[in-house]
Amino acid sequence: MSVLKIKKLTKYFGGLRAVHDFDFSIDEGELVGLIGPNGAGKTTIFNMVSEIYPPTAGEIEFMGQSIVGLKPHQVAQLGIGRTFQKIRVFKGMSVLDNVRLAYHPHAGYSIKDAVLHNALFSKREKELTERAQEFLSIFGLEDKQDELCGSLPYGDQHRVEIARALATEPKLLMLDEPTSGMNPREALEMVDLIKFLRDKFKLTIFLIEHRMRVVMGVCERITVIDFGEIIARGEPAEIRNDPKVIEAYLGERMAKELAAA
Amino acid sequence: MTYFLQQVVNGLQLGFVYILMALGYTMVYGVLRLINFAHADVFMVGAFLSYYIITRFHLGFLPAVLTSIVGCGILGMVIERIAYKPLRNAPRVCSLVTALSMSIFLEYFTALNFIFGPDYITYERPIKAIHWDLGGVRITNILLIIIGGSVLMIAFLYYIVHRTKMGKAMRAVAYDKDTARLMGINVDSIISLTFAIGSGMAGVGAVMYCLAYPQIWTFMGIMPGFKAFTAAVLGGIGNLAGAFVGSLIIGQIEVLTTGFIPSGSILRDAICCSVLILVLMFKPTGLFGKRE
Amino acid sequence: MKKLRSSSSWLPTLLFLLLVFGTMQFVSSLNLISVYWQQVFMSACIMAISALGLNLIYGYTGLFHLGQAAFYGIGAYTSALITYYWSRMGPKLPIDFLGLHFDLSMTAMFLLALLAGALMAAIVAYLIGLPVLRLTGDYFCIASLGFNVIVYVLFNNADRLIPVMKGARGMVGIPRWTSWPWVFIFTVLALFGMRNLVYSSVGRAIISIREDEDAADVMGIDTAKYRTLAFVIGSLYAGLAGGLYAHLYTFLHPTCFAWIKSCDPFLIVVFGGAGGMTGTIVASLVWTFILEGLRVLLPRGFESWRYVIYPLIMLMIMLFRPGGILGRRELGFLKPKGIEVARVERVPAAASAGSDRPEERGSKDVSSED
Repeated sequence: MSVLKIKKLTKYFGGLRAVHDFDFSIDEGELVGLIGPNGAGKTTIFNMVSEIYPPTAGEIEFMGQSIVGLKPHQVAQLGIGRTFQKIRVFKGMSVLDNVRLAYHPHAGYSIKDAVLHNALFSKREKELTERAQEFLSIFGLEDKQDELCGSLPYGDQHRVEIARALATEPKLLMLDEPTSGMNPREALEMVDLIKFLRDKFKLTIFLIEHRMRVVMGVCERITVIDFGEIIARGEPAEIRNDPKVIEAYLGERMAKELAAA
Repeated sequence: MTYFLQQVVNGLQLGFVYILMALGYTMVYGVLRLINFAHADVFMVGAFLSYYIITRFHLGFLPAVLTSIVGCGILGMVIERIAYKPLRNAPRVCSLVTALSMSIFLEYFTALNFIFGPDYITYERPIKAIHWDLGGVRITNILLIIIGGSVLMIAFLYYIVHRTKMGKAMRAVAYDKDTARLMGINVDSIISLTFAIGSGMAGVGAVMYCLAYPQIWTFMGIMPGFKAFTAAVLGGIGNLAGAFVGSLIIGQIEVLTTGFIPSGSILRDAICCSVLILVLMFKPTGLFGKRE
Repeated sequence: MKKLRSSSSWLPTLLFLLLVFGTMQFVSSLNLISVYWQQVFMSACIMAISALGLNLIYGYTGLFHLGQAAFYGIGAYTSALITYYWSRMGPKLPIDFLGLHFDLSMTAMFLLALLAGALMAAIVAYLIGLPVLRLTGDYFCIASLGFNVIVYVLFNNADRLIPVMKGARGMVGIPRWTSWPWVFIFTVLALFGMRNLVYSSVGRAIISIREDEDAADVMGIDTAKYRTLAFVIGSLYAGLAGGLYAHLYTFLHPTCFAWIKSCDPFLIVVFGGAGGMTGTIVASLVWTFILEGLRVLLPRGFESWRYVIYPLIMLMIMLFRPGGILGRRELGFLKPKGIEVARVERVPAAASAGSDRPEERGSKDVSSED
């Protein structure tokens, strides 16, 4: 069943056309990649799905429901989680708090309960803390739960960001360049992690990525955009041989390397 | 009708005085993203300097203007070096706190008896006021001097900002400080220069203000400063043309509310602020501001 | 690793509070310190309440709010108006209970008036917040300043509608009902309330707004709602503090609530360390005592030097310790409750890529002792 369906999505920033007539769909359980040169409009598309900016034109449907015009937090509560290209963890909050925040919409207690720190608060807070700690354990972060995110090394911060997005228990997870800043070994480990997460949490994953080995290794389907428009679509094998993609993005050498791999 | 026109004329006078201060606020915000609360007090110092030149040294209007420009310019640069430069890389609120602190300090320090003293001082204008009646509307030479002087200063500023290399550097620093530095611009000097010019203009504004209302006090800068600042925000803070238009609008609002609304003179500050909030609600970056 | 409070430390806290309360009662009933200094200490605590509110708005939510004095004033005038009339026209119910002499009806009305003042401030905050909270950063600052000016002008001219407020001449005749026990109780309640709020999911939602609003949005946090909530609660605190202030000094003048006065709690919050409750309390005390101390220390005729010296001190602090004296560090019961680390099932290698923990496949070890 279709998780995300995008039709003719367009975005103008003043006179600048960032995205034009972008069509896309992704079904439950799929792992699809979005690639393209810098400035092609990939993050803009993610931002429109999150409704951080409204689209200029076009439709976006999530689980059959139109989400254009909703506020970002409403989209998130419907079940779309995402990470950002530049790490945006809450640096002034602890690792545990970053992840616990994911449970806020389902915290189960009111402001009054919070101020009074009553029995209901204690019970619910304990539950959500335990769930958050489970997530931290999965990522090996449990010993760092009280550290301020701002004082963590980059790799750990990245993990917190992904853990946090996962803790919101999304149906669709949008990852914006999850391997940026990682060395090649870590990047390949991220590939395994993404697959593991997809299977364990029954996620649908939509991925922006620059590292071609990661993309080819993990994505079932790939969409390529350039200057805000789709230039190719298909399976990894097709994409890496597509002349338009080679010209616009991959380059001859990379294409040969990927073919050899 | 003539009453209305008279008020418009009065508003014009006030507006032109505010422009000079508003330009200072907007220039500093443009380069440092800082609301320079001490600007109003630099204005006050300029007023006192011109008072001393006129009454103690018995020199005329022009020496007063020159002294004020130089004095305020230097004071502005000194404040920048002491209170803002060291905190350029700290969170912005720190500069806000130092700006507020400098403002309070200047107000109370100058109020000490051995500096300017805490009292109101009223004195005689250095230029005798002459007025003409044009169809029932009274125009004074003061008005003409104020408008003339302000326009001269604005033209001078425009020339610097748009026709000199220095001005180009200032615009570059306002746009993106770090890149400007990478391109070889001495950002520190440019910022000092910006403060010098902005404060110098406040000095001229002070002399003009005193020409119209020759009464000074160490807390005199607060309200005009706030109005000039409101004008700068109204026009779009960081935008020079906006400061110009905003000041004229605020001048008109102030005078027209005083003139036409019963108890207007009491409510006018509230009305100015309400206009400000309304503008910010509908056009948050001000009339000429761009979305950042 | 921060040292966190363990969960069963309410006893030292209770003892500490009893100590503070007891000392002050003892000292005041024996007149060991003059009424003047008692009043200074009370006003320091009252300022602390207002500053705690502003700390929520600025330190935790990240809103540059220079209009706290307006809400302080709204609380002050609202509560003063109620008690002004009640103390003159309301029924009296003197009670003599266990050696305590008080008037039940007056006391009850005092509390109701304080509550009314706080609520009025909160309601006005909500209303002004509707248009203004959308603004970002500096623009919000300017709008809050503007709002403060409007409220000041309204106070100055309020005597046209409510003559007893006497506008610019200042309202007099407010009963002096603020006493040390009340100040203590409200300060402690304010502090506990704030602490509990901050260390809950609501608090986390509020802090996330300061940290990164867009990231908070995509996690499902309704940032507009929590911004409003923080603003309203912070203003509620200001209103409560205003009410206590009114009944301590028994005289209200609009200049106490001009926008310049909004700078006081703001400077205190930054000085103590924005985003930290302990810093805010300490800074409120230090600031009040510096100002009053200077009044006493400076030789006669030099009292006006207070306002010359205090901004210089502020300047020095900012230049040398921009994070404020305590930063975000908390002490005592203001620290968050410690949470034991729990280890659950983990994924090898992939998830802990880069971390230096050895693999542990499938071990379900929800350990507690660390």
